[in-house]
This record gives sequence, C-alpha cells and structure tokens, in this order.
Amino acid sequence: MDLPLAFNSELFTQLLVNGLTLGSLYGLIALGYSMVYGILKLLNFAHGDVYMIGAFVGYGVLTLLGGPLSPNVALAPLIVFMFLAAMLACGALGVVIERFAYRPLRDAPRIAPLISALGVSFFLQNSALLLFGAQFRSYDSFVLGSPNPEFFEPGPLTDAVFVVNGVNVQLIQVIVLATTAVLMVALTLLVAKTRIGKAMRATSFDREAAAMMGIDTDRVIASTFFIGSVLAGAAGVMFGLLFSQVFHFMGFLAGLKGFTAAVVGGIGSIPGAMLGGLLVGLAEAFAGGYLGGRWADLTVFGILILVLLIRPSGLLGTRAIQKV
Amino acid sequence: MEAGEDRPRVGVDDWVASVETRKERRGGFAAAGRWVDAHLPPWARLAIFAALAATLPLWMDRGDLFAYGIFTLIYIMLGLGLNVVVGYAGLLDLGYVALFGFGAYFYALLSSEQYGIHWPSWISIPLVVTSTALLGLVLGIPSRRLLGDYLAIVTLFFGQAFVVFVNAANPTVAGKGLTGGPNGIADIDPNDIFGYELISRTQQYYFILGVVLLILIGLHFLSESRTGRAWRALREDPLAAEAMSMPVNRLKLMAFAFGAAIAGLAGCIFAAVLTAVTSGNFGLPILITIYAVVILGGIGSLTGVVIGAIVINVSFQFLAPENPQDNARLLFYAVIVLLLVLGVRPWWRLSVVFAGVAALGFVANAVAGAIDSSWTSGAVVEGGRLAGVISDWVIIPSGHDRFANIAYIALVVLVLTLTRVHGWWRTIVMIPTIYLAFVVWETSFVEQPSVARWILFGALLVFLMTVRPQGLLGTPRVEIV
Repeated sequence: MDLPLAFNSELFTQLLVNGLTLGSLYGLIALGYSMVYGILKLLNFAHGDVYMIGAFVGYGVLTLLGGPLSPNVALAPLIVFMFLAAMLACGALGVVIERFAYRPLRDAPRIAPLISALGVSFFLQNSALLLFGAQFRSYDSFVLGSPNPEFFEPGPLTDAVFVVNGVNVQLIQVIVLATTAVLMVALTLLVAKTRIGKAMRATSFDREAAAMMGIDTDRVIASTFFIGSVLAGAAGVMFGLLFSQVFHFMGFLAGLKGFTAAVVGGIGSIPGAMLGGLLVGLAEAFAGGYLGGRWADLTVFGILILVLLIRPSGLLGTRAIQKV
Repeated sequence: MEAGEDRPRVGVDDWVASVETRKERRGGFAAAGRWVDAHLPPWARLAIFAALAATLPLWMDRGDLFAYGIFTLIYIMLGLGLNVVVGYAGLLDLGYVALFGFGAYFYALLSSEQYGIHWPSWISIPLVVTSTALLGLVLGIPSRRLLGDYLAIVTLFFGQAFVVFVNAANPTVAGKGLTGGPNGIADIDPNDIFGYELISRTQQYYFILGVVLLILIGLHFLSESRTGRAWRALREDPLAAEAMSMPVNRLKLMAFAFGAAIAGLAGCIFAAVLTAVTSGNFGLPILITIYAVVILGGIGSLTGVVIGAIVINVSFQFLAPENPQDNARLLFYAVIVLLLVLGVRPWWRLSVVFAGVAALGFVANAVAGAIDSSWTSGAVVEGGRLAGVISDWVIIPSGHDRFANIAYIALVVLVLTLTRVHGWWRTIVMIPTIYLAFVVWETSFVEQPSVARWILFGALLVFLMTVRPQGLLGTPRVEIV
C-alpha cells in the first residue's frame, strides 16, 4: 500500500473517467437485478451470465461481419448491429430462463428459486465453456475500424473526443456513457409513462392485487425479465468494446458487482441501481489506482457488506414493511 | 360411529380413504424407496451405512478409495454441516464453503513448513474447529438484522471475499505471504491420533469414517432435541417462533456456529488428506456441489445427505477428467435408461421410446452416411466395448466442432420443449431428444467430461427444484400465507 506522496490530479481525473465508464456498465447490470427483485423478490443469480452471453453474441456478430480485422461494414452500423443483436438475444434468453426455471417455482418456498438460479448460472457458464472454449475471445476494439489493423494502427474508437485536465476521453468511453444515458432515460420513461410500465409498478407493489385488477402478471414478469436482460446484453457488448476480451467466466464477477451496485443503491429502485453502479465503478477504479489492483474487488465487497449492515435497504431504497 | 361396522359409513368412502395406499402400491421403485425410508429405524440405517462403508477398503485399490471413499465421506461431512444451517434452521448460507476453506487453511498453517509449525492434531484440530465455529458466529451476527435473501447476499460475498483474500490479497505476515497466493500451501502433515500418524489411505479412510459416524449420531440426537425442534420451528415460521418466545437470534447463531464447526473439521481432514490447499478448492463450484448433496437427498434429512453425497460424488468422479471415458459413458447411458424405466409408464409407451430411439439412430446414421460419408466418419473417443455399436449408430462427423455446438443447442431446445408437451406428443419428442443426448455425449461431452458434469449439475439443480423441491427423501413443505 504505497500511497502517492503528492496528489496527482491527472491520475485522479483518469481514475474518475475510468470509474464512471465502468460504473455505467455496472449500473446497467444492476438494473436487471433490481427490477427482477422488485417484482418477484428473486435474486436472479443467472443475470451475470446473461451479460456474458451478450458479450459473446456481440463477438459472434463481429465475426459474422468479417471479423475485427477486416469488417465488411462501416464502424457505426457495425457497432449498432452488435448492440441490437446482443440485446435481442439476451432479452429472449431472459424470457426463456424465466419461463422454464423460475415460473414453475412461483409458489415454492423461497429457497427453491434461489437454488434454481444458481443452477441456471452454472448451466450457462459451462455451456459457454463447452461452445466457445476456455480461451479469451478478442473484440480487438483497439484496431476496430482502423485503416491498417495489421500494423496495429489505433482505430477511431480510441480517438480522444475531448481532453479534461490532460486526460483523453476516448470515443469508446463517450459511446458507453451516452448509450447508458439513453437507455436509462428510455427505461425511466417506459416505467413512468407507458401502460406496461404502470402494470410493472402495480405488480411489484402487490402481485396478487394486480392480478385481481386484471393485469396479466405473467406477461408483466416476462417483460421485466426481457428488459433487464436487454440491458445486460448491452452491457456485455460495452464490456467487449471497452476491454476487448470476453470469456466464459466474465459474467460471474461482473454479476457480483452489478449485484453489489443494486444492493448499495437500494434494490428495487431504478435510480438507486444507477447510483449504486457509479459508486461501485468509482470505488473499484480508485481502490485499484491507489491501493493496487488486488485490493479492488475486496474494497467493493467490503462496501457492500458495510452498506448492508448499516442501511440494509440501500441508499435510495425504502424499507419494506413486513406484514403478518 | 361404533354401531354397524359392517355397513358403509356415511360420508366416508373406503375407496377414497385408501387412495394413498393404492397410490403407493402403483408407485414402483420410488414408492418402495419411500416405504423403506419411512419404516427403517435410525439405528438400522446407521448400521447398514457403517457396515457397507467399512468393507470399502477390502475391495478398492488406493486411488479408488481416495476418490470414491474418502471424498464421499468429506462430502457427507460438508453436507451434514450445511444441513444444520439450511436444513434445520432454514438460513440460506452461501458463504459456507469459506468456512470450510478457513478450516483447511488454518490447519495447513498449523501443520506445514509454511511457518515451520507442526502441531499435533489433538491440539490443532480442536483449535481450528473452535475458531471456525467462532468465525461462523461472527458471520451469523448479520443474520440478526438481515432477513431471508439479504443473508444469502452477505454470506455469498463473504465467500467470494474469502477466495479473493486468499488468492489475490495474500497479505504478508512474518516475511512471507500468509496464504501462498495462487500456489496455496503445500506439504501439509497428515492427521495423527496422539502421535500415531495416519499415512496410508486405508488408515485415513477409517479415521474419517469414524468421525462421520460420530457426527451422524450426534446430529441425530441434536435434531431430536429441544434445540433441534426449535430450529425446525424457526425454519417453518420465524415470526411464529418468536411469538412463542423462542430466542430466535440465539438459535440462528447456534445453527451457524454448529454448521461452521463441522465445516472446520472437514477442512482439517481435507487439507491433511490432500496435503495441499489452494483457493480453487473453495470456490463456487464446491459450494454448488455441497448444495446439490443436501438438496438431492432432501433438505433436513440425515439419510438424504448420506445418499446425496454418495450419488453426487460417485457421478462426479466418473466424470472426472482422469477417469477413462468408457466409464463416464457407461454411467451416462445407464442413467438415461434408468430415468426412462423409472419415469415412463406404462410399459408399452416405454418400449415405443426404446424402439424409436434405436430405429432413429440407424436411420439417421444411414441417411447421413449416404449424403456424405464424412458426416459419419468421426472416430469414437475411447469406445471400449461399445465402440462398434456407437460408430454405426451415432452420427459423428469427422471434423465436428460446429456440428457438436449445433447438436448441443438443439438438445437444449428439445429438452425445454419436452417440459411443455404432454401425452403422446411427449413420447414422440422424447425419441429425438434421447438420441440427440447420445450424439451430444459422443461429439462434445466425451472430450470435456469435467465441463459436462458442471452442465449436468446446473441442469440437475433446476430440474430438481421444479419437479421435487424437497429432494428425494424430504417432506414437502407448505408455505402458509
């Protein structure tokens, strides 16, 4: 633990930018956990693995369209395709998981869906290992769209869009932040303004009462899973673009952190999930930068345990009143 | 109504009243198993288990005794400890494996060259068990405030934090890394009984068997005791238990400490038997395995844990990478056939399935071979006695990576479809599903049995939860709202 002697504002800014990018990724994952928990009171442990599948779908699209070194289409449509394909595929996967692994357990004791979720998580992880192998797959986002990828000439994704305090903010980081913001706004509008959003709020408030009011709760729950998994798919592609490497085990740790974000922000609360994501991302970036990489994960877990002990309902969560 | 026993009683139909008995008579093997479970007294179970287990070293060689005997016993211990926390008290503890790891690492530190300490077991084991119990107590303290899922979260993160701490953080104490980082700690002393070191596998096996029997006896009396009954009341309804003036918090902490103590003991034995500990031994896969052990047999049942541990560990070892693939294949085929025999009734439907699968295999193979001979020219991996039949029956293309992936995804889709259709449709869908299961086994599972076993594990957990959440020997629980 060698703390830097003088405060280095450039390093600080760099960590801040990295933390915000990482945090928006965790926030997107956290939303899926949070929405599902809000509506079903279920910890969907398989969510991290849905995110991993999203990253692989993005990679698959990239490969189908010619591979990272010689893509057949221009950069912008390529990235849009990757996002759309991953989001749709993950959404479908989420609905299938809900249909087959959770719906039969609606009325089972609380432990049953949790174990089932662990089973799904394990199943997805190892299916990916079987299908894609244990090696890392690279998006090669460093050279993506570059005129001379074979000479490792950096592509446009690493171009500096603007410079803050001597730190380059890369195009890819801007894309991630902007996409997250758009998705967040869209989600907030969906939940606040639309019919299905209203049905979701009603179902999460009281499922039985909602069903009695004529809301098709099964459909509402399925759409919740769809939306949550769509966000996870987007996060998966973002991870691939930011860090290039995707592998079968990546969902586990990211899932844990997204989950931490959901709990820290207050599970069940949408702005809370985003806030929690940013906090976890910043904590990880700063702990990694100042204390050393090996302490980053422990710091995140420590924050979670502290928050849970001091304020179990999270920062923006409301304490549930238990009725007997 | 004592008058007129010969007349049919008003309002009670004998035929309706005897429905349970008749159901049981028609239930086949599963019902027979349940009947035995309901009528066998505890001492007889223990005697049967002890007698069968004691003969193991007489007919197994050293390697098998280690893989099948010793590991099963360790899983039984872990399952029994988790059963106290999850099965009796109903606390969902996902950090249990960290307590096991703590015990193993602590024992390793006290009896290896890491710090040059070599304490005899009669000091180190009680010390480790007590401190693991204390750690369990500390881990249980949040359970005073956290309800249900939140407890699962905190304990899960505790488990992960343990792995990260041991593997990556590895703080420096007295000049060297405390936990050895990714390398772990090696050359751990064997357990000893007051100076007599247990070096051979047979000695170790009997020692662990003795420990397991003692734990079983102890837990049997514990579960029948006042505390055991209080735990079950807590599991069924914490609020009602509290209203009955039970010391809920103390009971929860006791359950945590008890489970932790058993995990710590298992850790000591595990470290000594393996002679090395690394963080990989205490990750999520082992946690899932222990949960599978407890859940398969039936949460809350001692016999269930023993049976679960035997089933899980034996199938696990069959699918281990170092085991000949021939054995793993036999197990896989046998389990499918067994499931069909147990699950598909009446017999003519079963015979339709068998005939259909056999016919489909030869037809598919002939058609694929006629279109392009390379579609069926792949080699059977370690076919053994079945090689000839398999190569004529299962489609194995020569370069089969993509084919294997498609077959796997198709199999998953078919299995999911199977759960949605009923009656004759189910019988019809079953035929290609089973055939495809064999194809997937021969084209991808057989090359990566250790991946296959985790996939099957995950699927097993989901399947068990949806079909029989109470496990094989558990009693169904009714959630009262």
